[in-house]
Amino acid sequence: MLRLEKRRQPSRVWAWATPLVAVLATVIFGGLLFAALGKDPVTAIRTIFYDPLLGEHAFYYRPQLLVKAAPLVLIAIGLSLGFRAGIWNIGAEGQYIIGALTGAGCALAFYPLEAVWLFPLMILCGALGGFIWAMIPALLKVKFGTNEILVSLMLVYVAEQLLASMSLGLLKNPQGFGFPGSRNLQQYESAHNAEIIAGTGMHWGVATAFIMVILAYVLLNRHMLGFHIRLTGEAPRAAKFAGVVPARLIIFCLGASGALAGLAGMFEVSGPAGQVSIDFNVGYGFTAIIVAFLGRLHPVGILLAGLLMALTYIGGEIAQSGLGLPAAAIQVFQGMLLFFLLAVDVMTNYRIRIGGGPKA
Amino acid sequence: MDLSAINPVLLIASLMVAATPILLAGIGELVVERAGVLNLGVEGMMITGAICGFAIAVNTGSPFAGFVAAAVGGAALSLLFALLTQVALANQVASGLALTLFGLGLSSLLGQGYVGIKPPATGRLEIPVLSDLPFVGRILFGHDLMVYFGIAVVAVVWAFLKFTRAGLILRAVGESHDAAHALGYKVKRVRVMAIMFGGACAGLGGAYISLVRVPQWTEGMTAGAGWIALALVVFASWKPWRVLLGAYLFGGVTVLQLNLQAAGLAIPVEYLSMSPYLITILVLVIMSADKSRAPASLGRIFHASQ
Repeated sequence: MLRLEKRRQPSRVWAWATPLVAVLATVIFGGLLFAALGKDPVTAIRTIFYDPLLGEHAFYYRPQLLVKAAPLVLIAIGLSLGFRAGIWNIGAEGQYIIGALTGAGCALAFYPLEAVWLFPLMILCGALGGFIWAMIPALLKVKFGTNEILVSLMLVYVAEQLLASMSLGLLKNPQGFGFPGSRNLQQYESAHNAEIIAGTGMHWGVATAFIMVILAYVLLNRHMLGFHIRLTGEAPRAAKFAGVVPARLIIFCLGASGALAGLAGMFEVSGPAGQVSIDFNVGYGFTAIIVAFLGRLHPVGILLAGLLMALTYIGGEIAQSGLGLPAAAIQVFQGMLLFFLLAVDVMTNYRIRIGGGPKA
Repeated sequence: MDLSAINPVLLIASLMVAATPILLAGIGELVVERAGVLNLGVEGMMITGAICGFAIAVNTGSPFAGFVAAAVGGAALSLLFALLTQVALANQVASGLALTLFGLGLSSLLGQGYVGIKPPATGRLEIPVLSDLPFVGRILFGHDLMVYFGIAVVAVVWAFLKFTRAGLILRAVGESHDAAHALGYKVKRVRVMAIMFGGACAGLGGAYISLVRVPQWTEGMTAGAGWIALALVVFASWKPWRVLLGAYLFGGVTVLQLNLQAAGLAIPVEYLSMSPYLITILVLVIMSADKSRAPASLGRIFHASQ
């Protein structure tokens, strides 16, 4: 009989191999799923993973990779801090929406003023919006011990309603002929999150994402706060003796992830999306959870995982238009990835033994 | 605004209908949590149940077959969660989230051919004299069978946990899995069965939304009901009858909010639609002062070697 035996030390080999095995398993089972939907699995997998990078029209898709990866990486970096310490912010989607609303709201308040300070102010407003939205679960948890998972998630639905209300009301384009949605920020030069280098997809959000990867790495490996975060997750009792104040950690982790999610929303609304609209959010806040785990909660891992997940988004869109693969199939594909990841992860901490072994 | 358009009898009757999905999902999750497992995948299991039930009911023409299929679908999905958390010893929070994300994707994949179709009607209970009674007749005796089934499940779970040996074992597993293991109880088997019961209940709750409450299929139609069901368990302090009370409270808020929308209250629709979620948060804040009721082993991973 197969039996699990706890390792003395987590396996370093498996810590690296887990994401790779999970991706491989997902590709195989995803292929089976596509075959079940009546598509040629090899073509579908090639369309998703190969065509956006090296295919015929790759020059068009490659910049998209950065555009899609940036919000995922930004949000996932923030989430990973909390996840490491056992603080579960599940409502990044809501903080993302609020960041977009405050960022765009700031720009629209000054419309049509052109000024260099406007964009930095929008960045500030976006981060602040996400931060404040995340402070609701954080403060409730600190003050009343309320479960942050449920509160942050409930606030996603509240944020979605707020988004609907704003795009139909306060932020609606007065010259939009009554259509819902705000003015297009792409046509408002001071507020436009334009590409830094044209044609690369490299906008300010992408730059920020790269900076945050580095900052998070430094924080976790070189700073006392990062040490406290890791300690709380790995040995809560030891953390208590080391003088970690849980309340401060909760505020920091939720606040940081909220601010980063807000930033992601603000960069999205002022750049690729362009305007506040009812269906502005597309679930980056939830996909970022997969990204955070796929990157093993490590900043560099998250960067790679974010790029991979962006690839499945773009490849999925190509497969949708080219092969008629349903959009939901990609969602299932992404969900499967998280499943396999969690399942294979057992190998990091346990080894499989065959036979009875010594009785415990 | 015309408040007189709100009929209290219809309000109470529709409150019971609105409460049934979260009642079913909540009571299932209560059993799961009493066994010491936190399954955050309720939303995913509900929506999967919603489409499984809808598809089977449409294809067979029988709502009963639909509900059975929903329970099976929900339980099957929960088995994935059981596999992850009980066999692969994965983190329960992450696994539950994975279940929800996967379930949402799977349901919209399965539901592609079913948008805009009407399901067969689920029969109402019609008791000749009682259903025609003024006031109470409509409230107590005029519902479809699932409303009563939901209440019956609460009663059965209550009796099971309080009076049966198996219920005692389940609670022991939830309070201290190490002690239960030392006494020779199969911790994993108990937990897997509890998880599957929770999955079946969530599936039924989801199918109630797609077959009775709405009734049609749209993507993501559970709209957070699974998460409200999770909050409901906290609200209920892990006690079965309080799940019923909480579900009716939430159902009442939902129905009242919809009625106010219809009555043309001067508050924009979006803000009224927020209210169930805001009230959930409020209730969580009030209830979370007392944590002593939570099963002691809730969310902890069990491995026999430790």
